[in-house]
Amino acid sequence: MAAAGAHGVAHHSTTGIDNRKLLMWIFLASECLFFGSLISTYLIFKGKSLVGPYPDEILDIPVTSISTFVLLMSSLAMVLAVYGAEHGRPRMMKLWLLVTILLGLTFLGFQVYEFRTFGHEGLNLATNQFGASFFVLTGFHGTHVGVGVLILASLLLASFRRSGLGREAGFHVEIAGLYWHFVDIVWIVIFTLVYLIPQ
Amino acid sequence: MSTIDPKSDNTRRVQDLYVLVFWAATIVFVGVMAAALIFSFMYRERPGRTAQQIHGNTRLEIVWTLIPVVILAVIAVPTFDTVIKTTGDAPEGALEVIATGHQWWFEFEYPELGVTTANEMHVPVGRAVNVKLRSVDVIHSFWVPQLTGKTDMVPGHDNRLWFTPEVEGEFRAQCAEFCGTSHANMRFRVFVRSQGDFEAWVANQKKDRVAPTADLAKQGEQVFLTGACVGCHVVRGTAAAARVGPELTHVGERTTIASALLDNTPENMARWLRNPPAAKPGSKMPNLNLTEDQIQKLVAYLESLK
Amino acid sequence: MATTAGTLPAVGAHSGLWSWLTTVDHKRIGALYGVSAMAFFIMGGIEAILIRTQLAVPNGTVLEADRFNQLFTMHALTMIFLGVMPLGAAFFNWFVPLQIGARDVAFPRLNALSYWVFIGGGLLFVSSFIFGGAPNAGWFAYAPLTSERMSPGSGMDFYVVGLLMLGLSSLIAALNFAVTIINMRAPGMTMMRLPVFIWMTLVVAFLLILSLPVLTVALIQLLFDRSFTTHFFSPEEGGNPILWQHLFWVFGHPEVYILILPSFGIISEVLPVFSRKPLFGYAAVVFAGVSIAVLGFAVWSHHMFTTGLGTVPQIVFSASTMAIAVPTGVKIFNWLGTLYGGNIRFTTAMYFAVSVIVLFTIGGVTGVMHATVPVDTQQQDTYFIVAHLHYVLFGGSIMGIFSGVYYWFPKMTGRFLHEGLGKLHFWLFFIGMNLTFFPMHFLGVGGMPRRIYTYDADLGFDTWNMVATIGAYIIAVGMLAFLWNFVRTMRQAPSAPNDPWGGATLEWATSSPPPEHDFDVVPEVHDRDPLWYNRDHGVTTPAAPAHLHIHMPPPSYYPLVLGGALLLMGIGVLSHLAVTALGVVIAIYAVWAWTLEPTD
Repeated sequence: MAAAGAHGVAHHSTTGIDNRKLLMWIFLASECLFFGSLISTYLIFKGKSLVGPYPDEILDIPVTSISTFVLLMSSLAMVLAVYGAEHGRPRMMKLWLLVTILLGLTFLGFQVYEFRTFGHEGLNLATNQFGASFFVLTGFHGTHVGVGVLILASLLLASFRRSGLGREAGFHVEIAGLYWHFVDIVWIVIFTLVYLIPQ
Repeated sequence: MSTIDPKSDNTRRVQDLYVLVFWAATIVFVGVMAAALIFSFMYRERPGRTAQQIHGNTRLEIVWTLIPVVILAVIAVPTFDTVIKTTGDAPEGALEVIATGHQWWFEFEYPELGVTTANEMHVPVGRAVNVKLRSVDVIHSFWVPQLTGKTDMVPGHDNRLWFTPEVEGEFRAQCAEFCGTSHANMRFRVFVRSQGDFEAWVANQKKDRVAPTADLAKQGEQVFLTGACVGCHVVRGTAAAARVGPELTHVGERTTIASALLDNTPENMARWLRNPPAAKPGSKMPNLNLTEDQIQKLVAYLESLK
Repeated sequence: MATTAGTLPAVGAHSGLWSWLTTVDHKRIGALYGVSAMAFFIMGGIEAILIRTQLAVPNGTVLEADRFNQLFTMHALTMIFLGVMPLGAAFFNWFVPLQIGARDVAFPRLNALSYWVFIGGGLLFVSSFIFGGAPNAGWFAYAPLTSERMSPGSGMDFYVVGLLMLGLSSLIAALNFAVTIINMRAPGMTMMRLPVFIWMTLVVAFLLILSLPVLTVALIQLLFDRSFTTHFFSPEEGGNPILWQHLFWVFGHPEVYILILPSFGIISEVLPVFSRKPLFGYAAVVFAGVSIAVLGFAVWSHHMFTTGLGTVPQIVFSASTMAIAVPTGVKIFNWLGTLYGGNIRFTTAMYFAVSVIVLFTIGGVTGVMHATVPVDTQQQDTYFIVAHLHYVLFGGSIMGIFSGVYYWFPKMTGRFLHEGLGKLHFWLFFIGMNLTFFPMHFLGVGGMPRRIYTYDADLGFDTWNMVATIGAYIIAVGMLAFLWNFVRTMRQAPSAPNDPWGGATLEWATSSPPPEHDFDVVPEVHDRDPLWYNRDHGVTTPAAPAHLHIHMPPPSYYPLVLGGALLLMGIGVLSHLAVTALGVVIAIYAVWAWTLEPTD
């Protein structure tokens, strides 16, 4: 019998997958369409800017490669945090949650640096089609990273309560991990299409 | 404005396709309606009747899946054929016209003939017309139901359509893409002329304006040239050369004014000049607060520009 | 208002305004959606009456041009987003848990949140009339007419913010229902035993999940063009107006299936029950619904045939659009097959359901006409399309929804809507809508464009416009008949048994209306049409135990708070960003508190 509403214990569900995990997966499907539309817009306007600065003049691939590496490493840290949570090792979980957060913040720092540098070099939302589509795409991605940082920070904070994250610690951290990895994968796609593929 | 009274080659092709699709649609609808009514009547509840507990019939369901596929294939082939025939490049020797949409009037330019006018497009009968479609502001749509299906006029993206008018006549037309406040008022006329009449029209259009001879008209030209009019309207042969609004060099001989919203009569011309936004909400031509005296003079002048 | 749904109280205090504001009970949320949506439907109807009054005669003077343009824009937006979609949501809320044998949806508080975001967004939308003018560029809002330069003023900003909120509400609900249907079915309820209504709900949920993000991106880009000087859609600086159309219609076409499939689901329930035989070809109907949804993502550019796509895209989208007629036709034939050999009881619900078969077919065949591209170049942007869309949306969606209203009214309220008044309502709607919309085919063929606030007297449009206006007034009278029926019915005491119609599905296995916990004991599911199977095979539901240990999720005010915070965020975008910042702060608090709230 499907129990409704009560949280705290893993419920029976028709598929065997917890409702909340299924929710996250389906939500990520909608996010695929969201980022897909933003990326499509970017690709449609590729090469169509009427004035510069143009991507090949302004994108700093070496620096962005570093920030990409940072984000990738944060996914590794996330995996370790999930492992710690699922195996009843709260100190390991807290440590790696913290590392994930710090690496995520570092990535965001790189984004802020990049946006400001571009601004100084004359590229902003209004300048040309590259500016518009680039800032909207990477800006919304950065916002998603920021939301992820908030979620992880909340988990970390909550883990310092006497009850910690409770009996479902592994589950909560795993779901946060799904989101975090998704945001990372989106960045890989953006990095490839925007930075690595020549104009 | 009928869409089933074709007067050009392409609208006749569309009409032929429409007749096919119309009958297919009617047969399907009548069949469904008949079945619904007959079954509702035959199987209405009666004492002692029990419903037949049927779950389905695979063979029947396959048949009634395949029949629509066949019907659609029968429709699809002439459809694709007509698409290919009516789009694509215009026939050789087509007359080139550039139609530009403005909020809320149509501009027509004949680049090979050196003619620019508004509200009316004149074309010779029996010769293909290749219309390039542009817009200066928002998306409009060029549609002359009896001569051609519509194609949008998209700013920043040139479209084109072509057709060959087959009979002489005057054909009504209207913008067919919502374009703002006075979309309903953005209309035009197409005149299909004999070859001789068309050439005469072109020759006249190319001339500079007829200099006014009557007193009132002469005063009207003075009002025109010293007033706000020159900020937007060109009258070739005078100093007025701005191309914001419609060209007025031969406005007197047009059958309509204000993008075919009003018949071209002195009363209507006066009404328009008195308060353009009242006649055409949102009109870019503002109320210039002209005096009645100025209006009388301008009307005499503009009507003289034949 | 607190008594209209008549839900029987179970444990604890469950009456009064506060109980409605904090409810997480799917039945109450369904009632909230239903009443709100009916109110907005009436508002959309008044907008239509005003439009038709203006167009009754040539050169009408009832409405000025700009007001007319606001009204036809808001009529469409209201009917689609505040009428038909939430009416569907009302039924999803009420009957998804009941029909799958669950006691609520997967995420009850999220369910309440989607209602509060809906009502906030809807009220924000309609408030645009008094805050500087409603959006006036059509519900489809083609660029570059919607740019800051071409549409100064706040109308289009209300459009963007309102639709973002309504989209969020629908997305949250869709996620909730998808998880519920996949994951909370009673034992024995396999996917191929699900009621067709549930299948259609699941398909609609996935359509929303996959199409709303595309609309969201379009709206964000429009917002940026209007407020942050980007040029996504304005051509002067390299933007592309056609991009708006692509993004909009990639959402917009699945949207029309979102609007019709719930109604298809409803009549797939009603027709078998009142024919007293199972749905003909269940698997085909289910598979056709799924095919329509999948194909629905492959046809969007048929809304753009006249934009200069090019010969090949026109042919491709024409083909895909024709293809989608096949599964749709299959459903029509299956419904006719359901009537065949039946012992049909013609209740009001059955009248509405049978009318859907006929009226939707009219809309469907004119749709095939539009799919033939060259014919579409004559029909596009004329009253022929207005006729088509109203036959599918009124003749299909609305008539189907009212079939559901009359069918499920006893289950929801314990009372029967009066059959005589119901049939009067039906005939007024049926005659009225045909009088209103059938002549529009003639007007379209005669060359009358759409979205025009007036027309000349010498074009032959006069008579049919007058007829259409009279039809609209008849529809309005029909709506009054329904409202009168509703009011007098709700004044009666509840008297309906569990299963007044001889239903096949699980909602009829509990009281009318159900208790808060829906089922004392969930019946066993051995087949589709479980109640008929159990009846035919002598399967009885065990008696309820003396003490029911069913824990239902407690009420919560965090959905209301979070909904309010999101509304503040929207208001701030339209006024001062400080208000948005305040909304963000409250939202973060609400999410935090919600997560920590005990639900045991």
